[in-house]
Amino acid sequence: MGLAKGSPRTGFYICHCGTNIADTVDVDAVRRHAEELPGVVVSCDYKYMCSDPGQELIIQDIKEHRLERVVVAACSPLLHEATFRGAVERGGLNPFLFHMVNIREQDAWVHEDRAQATRKARDLIRAAIRRVAYHRPLERMRVGVNPNTLIIGGGIAGINAALNLSMAGKRVYLVEREPTIGGHMAKYDKTFPTLDCAACILTPKMSAVRDSRNIVLWTYSEVEKIDGYIGNFRVQVRRKPRYVDEETCVGCMQCVDACIYKDARFPSEFELGLKKRKPVYMPFPQAVPPVVAIDPKTCLHFKTGKCKEPCKEACARDSIRFDQREVVEEIEVGQIIVATGFQTFDPARLPQYGYGEFPNVYTSLEIERLVNASGPTGGQVLLRNGQVPQSVGILHCVGSRDENTNRWCSTVCCMTALKLAHLVKEHTGATVYSFYIDMRCTGKGYEEFYDRMMREGVQFVRGRVGEVRDWEMAPEEEGKLVLRVEDTLAGFVRRIPVDLVILAVGMEPRADAEAVQRMLHISRSNDGFFLERHPKLAPVETTTDGVYLAGCCQGPKDIPSAVAQGSAAAAHVLAMISKGHIELEPNTVAVLDDCSGCKTCIPLCPYHALTLNEESKKAQVNLALCKGCGTCAAACPSGSITQNLFEDEQIDAEIEETLAHV
Amino acid sequence: MSEAREPRIVGFFCSWCTYTAADLAGVSRMKYAPNIRVIRVMCSGRIDPQFVLKAFACGADGVLIGGCHPGDCHYIEGNYKCLRRFRLLTRLLRDLGIEEGRCRLEWISAAEGDKVRTVVNDMAARLRALGPLDAPGRFRDWGKDLEELEHAMAGEGPGESSRAIEPARNE
Ligand code: FES
Repeated sequence: MGLAKGSPRTGFYICHCGTNIADTVDVDAVRRHAEELPGVVVSCDYKYMCSDPGQELIIQDIKEHRLERVVVAACSPLLHEATFRGAVERGGLNPFLFHMVNIREQDAWVHEDRAQATRKARDLIRAAIRRVAYHRPLERMRVGVNPNTLIIGGGIAGINAALNLSMAGKRVYLVEREPTIGGHMAKYDKTFPTLDCAACILTPKMSAVRDSRNIVLWTYSEVEKIDGYIGNFRVQVRRKPRYVDEETCVGCMQCVDACIYKDARFPSEFELGLKKRKPVYMPFPQAVPPVVAIDPKTCLHFKTGKCKEPCKEACARDSIRFDQREVVEEIEVGQIIVATGFQTFDPARLPQYGYGEFPNVYTSLEIERLVNASGPTGGQVLLRNGQVPQSVGILHCVGSRDENTNRWCSTVCCMTALKLAHLVKEHTGATVYSFYIDMRCTGKGYEEFYDRMMREGVQFVRGRVGEVRDWEMAPEEEGKLVLRVEDTLAGFVRRIPVDLVILAVGMEPRADAEAVQRMLHISRSNDGFFLERHPKLAPVETTTDGVYLAGCCQGPKDIPSAVAQGSAAAAHVLAMISKGHIELEPNTVAVLDDCSGCKTCIPLCPYHALTLNEESKKAQVNLALCKGCGTCAAACPSGSITQNLFEDEQIDAEIEETLAHV
Repeated sequence: MSEAREPRIVGFFCSWCTYTAADLAGVSRMKYAPNIRVIRVMCSGRIDPQFVLKAFACGADGVLIGGCHPGDCHYIEGNYKCLRRFRLLTRLLRDLGIEEGRCRLEWISAAEGDKVRTVVNDMAARLRALGPLDAPGRFRDWGKDLEELEHAMAGEGPGESSRAIEPARNE
């Protein structure tokens, strides 16, 4: 025991954090305790250490008292370590001769007994003051930032981020799983509250992506693996074969016309199965890239090997490639924007609404296709028997605000439901009922749109529909779908017969969100959406540096918010690119002279940073590769590897002192 | 050492998951037993079994190791290394007469603030039931026994009675 080099002159500071800490921890008692400890020449408390005057205390004391070490007991180091290191540095001391003690998140906020919490604080600060004596001055290593960016997901958020970056002259890899970009927005008919057509505002952006020389667009592709860290990620992208040469195909559709199947007979993914397509198909007319794809699951060539392949013959540019193979591309990028979007709630999970049971029960997304002029019905909203509906019921909050499915509000379904009420009325002249719990119209011009719908004569019923059935109890219910609902404004249960039911389905995280989360080492909140670094002040960043979120993968939002978030993510990326470098934590490892060359450490390093120096027969570290996990330091049998900021002596000092009886 | 005292737990938490989860527990104002003192490391792979032994030797009644869930380690596989060492360590602790449950390994992700609370509470309750470990006392007794033995065998100097263990090796 005892310090190797005597006790350095240490300054100790404890923060009240207003009353956050001081309410539970006896700040003064801790300060007095510190005063008694070896080496402590300044011990003081302050209301808000992180404030400018708080930091100024440290800066002044370093000069006045010739401090050699600084310890601050306040909130979590994950929050303010950088702040105080900055202050220490401005005081003229190496910023790593500092240690921070977490007495807020891991003490004052989690305990109730003041005596116990104070005792814990004393143990922790004692440990820190002993530990910091073993700190040494360190330098941060600078590494360059690769100016290329990966964007995962080609919906409106990803598209917008890509265009922003491309405008700044930066290279972007835009990776989309489907054969075309456009995402959900490409499926919508009109957008609320302005009722401008989604395709008219989206497709120019899609074409701009196609035309940009800075954007490398990989559709029908998936990111498979990501290694590295901010500034220097290595990414593997799997490009699935579409059996068509993307370079030469111009989307003339000759092959589609020539296909051995004269009629389209397989459900179109883009049209949600409401329309059929052939095995060779274009997802929709304005697809980007404007290139067809062949679905091997339905194509006769792949199924039987006996097709005459008229498509091949019909193609004047020889673009059909039955021998195309999957390729894995490897790229290097500096930063990553995740814009993987959402999926709509599957209403089959709520059998009481009869989705899948009654053919005239649709989801809101399906109706978007039906009201769309280029959709499966050419813009006609018809019942399955081809008749025009006389009455339509729209159910809000299907798969939202529900203990049994998803608890959150999907934010956009009220407006979607209102918009569809307008469009369906316009297309059919039907009586439209809208069943809502609360009407949530919070955006610019949204409430006014709701007003307009009331004036247009949409029948609003406040209440969650209990069930959709086809049992008739009165002559007017004959052949209809009957909605049973408690009208909470009228105060009684009603039965309302309609021809067509629309379920305004909520948004939820994509089924593979967990896999994406793991690949990127980011977090998800309880609802399953990706977690932003801070709910208010860092809504675009994640806990992994260099990885940003845009759009509905972070939570339900409307188009303007998704667009804004895409731009915000691009701004973060550009800031980092123009800074040009990042500073790495110096918590890397070093091999000491007494290394015996046993090679235990070498296979342990996940980054291959350790090798054996053939001349000296000792291990050596490549600092550019070392990420500072310290696994090798823990394994070295002779203790010949140390990890900066986590040296054995430092941790030992913490253990001893935290357990010392006082 | 006769008065019943509260068990003391030393936690070794990886910065990316379990330490962050402990912060989350704080931000969510969850309340849990004040018996734990957390030492932050970058990855559970940094946790040398010697740290655990040292903590017991210095008077800890329990040691809690917290890392990211398998597959989630920020450094790819540090937590697997930790798990392997933990298995060896468990055997060693058994041989030393340190009851199972005094050293515990838990995977706690950054979102699982609640798990920090339940694990710490549960551990504190179990340690209370087990009573103090008092390894320093035990070591002292062992030291005496050893010395007597050595005297009896007329050996030379007192051996390294308290020298604990070779670090676990990995292959
Ligand atoms: S970073 Fe948490 S266990 Fe490795």
